[in-house]
Amino acid sequence: MAGYIIRRLLSMIPLLLAVATLTFFLMHAVPGGPFDISEKTPPAAKKNLEAKYNLDGPVVDWPWHDSQYRAFMVSLGHGDLGLSIRRNEPVTDILRAGLPTTVQLGTCAFLFALVVGITLGIVSAVNQNGPLDYLGVFIATVGVSVPSFVMAVFLILIFVLQFGWFDVLGWEMWNYRKMVLPTVSLGLLPAAFFARITRAAMLEVLRQDYIRTARAKGMHETRVVLRHAARNALIPVLTVAGPILAGLITGSFIIERTFQIAGIGTTFVDAVGLRDYGLIMGTTLLYAFVIAVMNLIVDITYGIADPRIRY
Amino acid sequence: MAVSSTSLPLDTPEFVFRTKQRGLWGQAWQRLLRNKLAVVAGAVLTTILVLSILTATVPAIESHPPHEQQYTVVQSGPTADFPLGTDNLGRDLWARVWEGMRISLKIGLGTQTLVLIFGLAVGAGAALGGRFTDNLLMRFTDLMFAFPDLLAIIIMRAVLTERDWPLIGSGDPQIPGFPGALVQVILAIAFVGWVTLARLVRGQMLSLRETDYVRAAESMGASRRRIVFSHMLPNTLGPVIVAITFGIPLAIFAEAVLGFIGFSLPPPTASLGTLVSDGYVYYRVNAWMIAVPSVAIAALMLCFTFLGDGLRDALDPRTRK
Repeated sequence: MAGYIIRRLLSMIPLLLAVATLTFFLMHAVPGGPFDISEKTPPAAKKNLEAKYNLDGPVVDWPWHDSQYRAFMVSLGHGDLGLSIRRNEPVTDILRAGLPTTVQLGTCAFLFALVVGITLGIVSAVNQNGPLDYLGVFIATVGVSVPSFVMAVFLILIFVLQFGWFDVLGWEMWNYRKMVLPTVSLGLLPAAFFARITRAAMLEVLRQDYIRTARAKGMHETRVVLRHAARNALIPVLTVAGPILAGLITGSFIIERTFQIAGIGTTFVDAVGLRDYGLIMGTTLLYAFVIAVMNLIVDITYGIADPRIRY
Repeated sequence: MAVSSTSLPLDTPEFVFRTKQRGLWGQAWQRLLRNKLAVVAGAVLTTILVLSILTATVPAIESHPPHEQQYTVVQSGPTADFPLGTDNLGRDLWARVWEGMRISLKIGLGTQTLVLIFGLAVGAGAALGGRFTDNLLMRFTDLMFAFPDLLAIIIMRAVLTERDWPLIGSGDPQIPGFPGALVQVILAIAFVGWVTLARLVRGQMLSLRETDYVRAAESMGASRRRIVFSHMLPNTLGPVIVAITFGIPLAIFAEAVLGFIGFSLPPPTASLGTLVSDGYVYYRVNAWMIAVPSVAIAALMLCFTFLGDGLRDALDPRTRK
């Protein structure tokens, strides 16, 4: 197991380097530089600015002295993501400021999705083809196919404008007025996804012989469902849980924008608009890192949950 | 043994022979028709398609052009003249939503056409073209999977702007009905989408290559070309059609996201995403401005998802529950 984890961690390095390289060249392929937005920058000032932010000289050169690519990769190797051109702050500081909010939002939405999705899936499967099942499947289908920000709009129209229960702006941990709407609108899609998977897996498991045995020996139905069936039915949920959590943390920028939450997502969208190279590359690398780590965690927990899997 | 069929003592009822013989696709079509949700979704989508074409061509249905501004009727609710009200510049929301629908449909179908071409070509190339091509494609897809989809689309959209390249340059549309900015959005979304399809096609082809009937065709001396085009390709089509159908709502969603954060088509063009984005500014003043395009996006995505579910059940009876 330890060997496997080390191997996987090492294999993340070339992947992240490749992501960094790809982002670097994509960013430099964007027409216009970061100092072209204001037309009033005098050429001499622009030249000095470009020198300060490592934007002068050839993008790539062979042998690669003085190329921007080399400068970028060398500072990356030192854990330095450079300066944000627009904000004149180190990228790592900006990311560090936004990360807690994004992680809190993502985690809350994930827990919401887990609880709601699994409950919905189990209830649907136990009442297969009954009215509760149809309701559950309907909610799951709507949840999968309605975009999160459209859902956010409906929630705002109903719960803010009609009832005035919640606030529309910002995020504050442990303040329910600011937590509920972003969490629900971000978590509904994964909740629907979990519900579909749980339902399918539960239906499969409930037909197994050991479930019949448990029922035959007179065990209480609740216990059969929760102890015997749900345990095995949740393994497929576990497989997709990691990518989903990664997707929530990386995909929250729409919700962050809808509710004006100052997280990584808002930072990224603003950075692309302003061609803030350093910040874009920093965010993308962070996201790629999160995705890679989540996939690793899933593979490890999968091995623990299902003893048949050996690495 | 000429007697066999005519002089059988047992009188077989006629209706047994009257059962219509159906091929693979005919059976799939029958299964699709039995799925009520998919049929309804298909009907709704056909209506949307027809209406979106009609609104652009018949002035009677669309009494106001989508870009016409009337400052006397700003932010009105639904009236007889404006069935869905007007926006902050007095533009007819009914006309604007249909323009958005047209753009979303163009984006959905346009991206999936590109995805189909590239996905099939690269997937088949990887499966049939030897180890090196296969490794190259698989490493590239790994890289693409490490990239968050929406971020890649946003970056690609930024890369493609302000180019004077053919097809995506500004000025008159070089493909009728597809202005440069629209082609840019389509390319950006397709750039991310084809990878999944290529992997799917590769997997299908690799497993088909080992099947008995392909082996049989090989042993009978069929040419490679014939094996690929008349034996393997038709059998990969089922999953590919399903993937394409599910790809359309994803593309519509991606456009809506781009529009919502301001990276979609430039104003005054009304895409569904930009309509939601505009409406979001004024939702306290006029809820119609945001509700109408939101419902439109949700309806389009729901219909394509239901249709995709139906197609999946129809084309692959083994996975049917």
